[in-house]
Amino acid sequence: MSKRLAVAISVLYLVLGACGETDPETLTIISHDSFAGGVNDETFAPFTAETGIAVEVVPAGDAGSLVNQAILTKDNPLADVLFGVDDTFLSRVLDAEVFRPYRSALLDKTPHNLRLDAGDRVTPIDYGDVCLNYDREVIADADAPGNLADLITEPFRGKLVVESPATSSPGLAFLLATIVAFGEEGWKEYWGALVENDVEVVPDWDTAYYSSFTRWGGDRPLVVSYASSPPAEVIFSDPPTEVAPTGVVTDGCYRQVEFAGILEGTEYPESAGALIDFMLSVEFQEQIPLTWFVFPANSEASLPPEFVAHTVLPDQPASVDPALIDANRERWILEWNDLVLG
Amino acid sequence: MAAGVALAFLGYLFLYPLARILGLSLGMDDAWGAFEEVLTAPGLRGALWFSVWQSAVSVALTLVAAAPITWAVSRFRFSGRSVAKALVTAPFVLPTVVVASAFLTLGIEGSVWAILAAHVFYNLAVVVRTVGGVWARIDRSLFEAARTLGATPRQTFWRVTLPLLRPAVAASSAIVFLFTFTSFGVVLILGGLRYRTLEVEIWQQTVVFLNLPAAAALALLQLVGVTAVLAWYSRYQERKSVGLELSAEDRNLERPETVGQRWGVAFAVGGTATALSAPLVMLVARSLHGGGAGWRFLMDPGALGITPGRAMANSLWYALATAAIAVTVGLCASTVIVSGKGRAARWFDVVLMLPLGASAVTVGFGMLVALDWPVDLRATVVLTPLAHALVATPFVVRTVTPILRSVGTGLRETASVLGATPWRVFREIDLPIAARATAVGAGFAAAVSLGEFGATAFIARPDTVTVPVLIFRLLGRPGAVSYTGAMAMAVILAAMVTLLIMAVDRIRVGEVGSF
Repeated sequence: MSKRLAVAISVLYLVLGACGETDPETLTIISHDSFAGGVNDETFAPFTAETGIAVEVVPAGDAGSLVNQAILTKDNPLADVLFGVDDTFLSRVLDAEVFRPYRSALLDKTPHNLRLDAGDRVTPIDYGDVCLNYDREVIADADAPGNLADLITEPFRGKLVVESPATSSPGLAFLLATIVAFGEEGWKEYWGALVENDVEVVPDWDTAYYSSFTRWGGDRPLVVSYASSPPAEVIFSDPPTEVAPTGVVTDGCYRQVEFAGILEGTEYPESAGALIDFMLSVEFQEQIPLTWFVFPANSEASLPPEFVAHTVLPDQPASVDPALIDANRERWILEWNDLVLG
Repeated sequence: MAAGVALAFLGYLFLYPLARILGLSLGMDDAWGAFEEVLTAPGLRGALWFSVWQSAVSVALTLVAAAPITWAVSRFRFSGRSVAKALVTAPFVLPTVVVASAFLTLGIEGSVWAILAAHVFYNLAVVVRTVGGVWARIDRSLFEAARTLGATPRQTFWRVTLPLLRPAVAASSAIVFLFTFTSFGVVLILGGLRYRTLEVEIWQQTVVFLNLPAAAALALLQLVGVTAVLAWYSRYQERKSVGLELSAEDRNLERPETVGQRWGVAFAVGGTATALSAPLVMLVARSLHGGGAGWRFLMDPGALGITPGRAMANSLWYALATAAIAVTVGLCASTVIVSGKGRAARWFDVVLMLPLGASAVTVGFGMLVALDWPVDLRATVVLTPLAHALVATPFVVRTVTPILRSVGTGLRETASVLGATPWRVFREIDLPIAARATAVGAGFAAAVSLGEFGATAFIARPDTVTVPVLIFRLLGRPGAVSYTGAMAMAVILAAMVTLLIMAVDRIRVGEVGSF
């Protein structure tokens, strides 16, 4: 019997193992969990209809985890295309040489300030702004903070919850926004004042928004979230509402750009290029706002009305050169840790 | 053969990936510099000390908290007993962020107490089910004999019951220790980021800084510490275990008769149920927030692209596959440990427990670089239950080994002398005796899978939506429906594990009742 069992197990292994191999008819995208969460049967249907190639999405955790997995599996990648590396991780992944250059004909439709790689190894697909949100039931629009400096004043003592830059991508974006606003010297002083003003720090967005934010039972009416959170609140409301329950502070935002790239080592670079083209096409780009609550990179894609109605665009979102982020990330985070968590 | 199965499983899924990632990390430029830097970093001693003391305290608190309910369900027959036994497992599978949300509503947050409370909340089931499984099968006549000889109930407990339970108490303590020593999400979310375990440091070095040499140094440190504790535990276990006449649970349970017993059972069950269900009731309340929008949404998920029913089915399949693998490997391993002698068997035992105490993120990344050979298992549906089973197998081993050990070798040797093949000895002696314990282990294995423990939490996976994945997806977006939908899904997950455990508890193999 034990021998039979062994044979059965090895047969099972082979059969199941074969299922795991990529079908040449299929292209695989490795991405972060939030992208995979929005993909449904319709998402890539037009691409499949046109090319006959099915698209499979492999979720790989958060953006940081995704990038590290791509680097570690460089010699035998898990997918043909990677989507979801943002500007904060861009340098690291470009230095690791995991991508194969590709310039999509549609790249010209994207604004210049989104094209952060002169070598065309990655293509911008979407962007979004990390901004402070406030609970309009607690803070009237007129009383909302006007800028980052307001957060260290008395009216906002004990009102703010932020995510840790060590564990969260909006947390890192907010830290970068303060570094842009107050400079390499000034940001530490600013964070010292935030701590004095009783800022709460939590590990991730979920905890900040759903545990600490007043809207969901917490005691903090100000939270680091996205400029597109208010439209999501309206769209996922029940009973339906026309008025966004939260507002956006348009100063002190940070712009995150997300890129796709063809992984070195794919057997199908041409099809992968076609897939990048599809992701930049108006057809795909117009799905982006209501699915992932970020903005399409292709400026020809139009925005759905409910998205436009409740979205406030930040005045001058901050951004930092990816190479500078990569050079300083560890130091900034460790300094922030000492300063804020002590 | 049995040893081969267990070793192949452990070697391929754990030791080999671990060796690959550690080798890769050590081979990097300036690995030793990073090593030295991280091992002399000022924060490390704090993280190490915190890992040690909070896990020790968590174990002690869990044992104390579990004692009353374990006593009640092990000695007495009362209505609702099987539900109570299953319900303690419900917290085990809940995602940390969901528990954090419930704890917050109860006003427990941002302190070391919140971390300890959550550790007790999560791990209560480990003690109740592991210790209870043995306690219920200590022959009642032993207690009656003690009483007849004039022992007070207290003396009976300390002189008779406790010595017999000691191996099971040690086994569950070891599991709770490993779980809490490597605690990650609970520490981050409920500790308000002020507390760090070694596991948190490893995760940060790996995922945030991609400093693999530093992460490898920390992972090795953790592995050495865990191995030392396990080696000590294993020696202790071997010295203290006594041959014990076990008898069928059904025969030993009695109705609470004296007033003291009735009040005791009522207090133990009522108290535990209240404490455990407070966070669960919070979840139900929050899922109903805004007039049940979340539940309505789950019935008609529209844009979500996946039905909750599908997620439940996926979770269930993974849980059953995990339980099947863990039981197969676990039974093989247990028979080897019990029949083996001396140092080899003891080390085998220790190594089998290691996946529970090794850094999940290190093992996960190790699988990523190692498991493309001989077939590419990465991001396939096969790897998920295999990786879950890696964490689940120690549960089976820990629940089954003490029972098999109590049988003693006499019975097996007699059977062999009489001409029984090893398989027949296993089938006709070990299996019936260990069936209940195996069921307990299988239940845990299913729960480990439903809660998505271990390495798969950190690596690329097939896009199979399970219940926890769905919860995270819902919690990834703002909005009333997302939030209440996630809470409703968490309630469903807790219900799923409770029902599954109740079903597993009903399984009977062979002539269990009559030996």
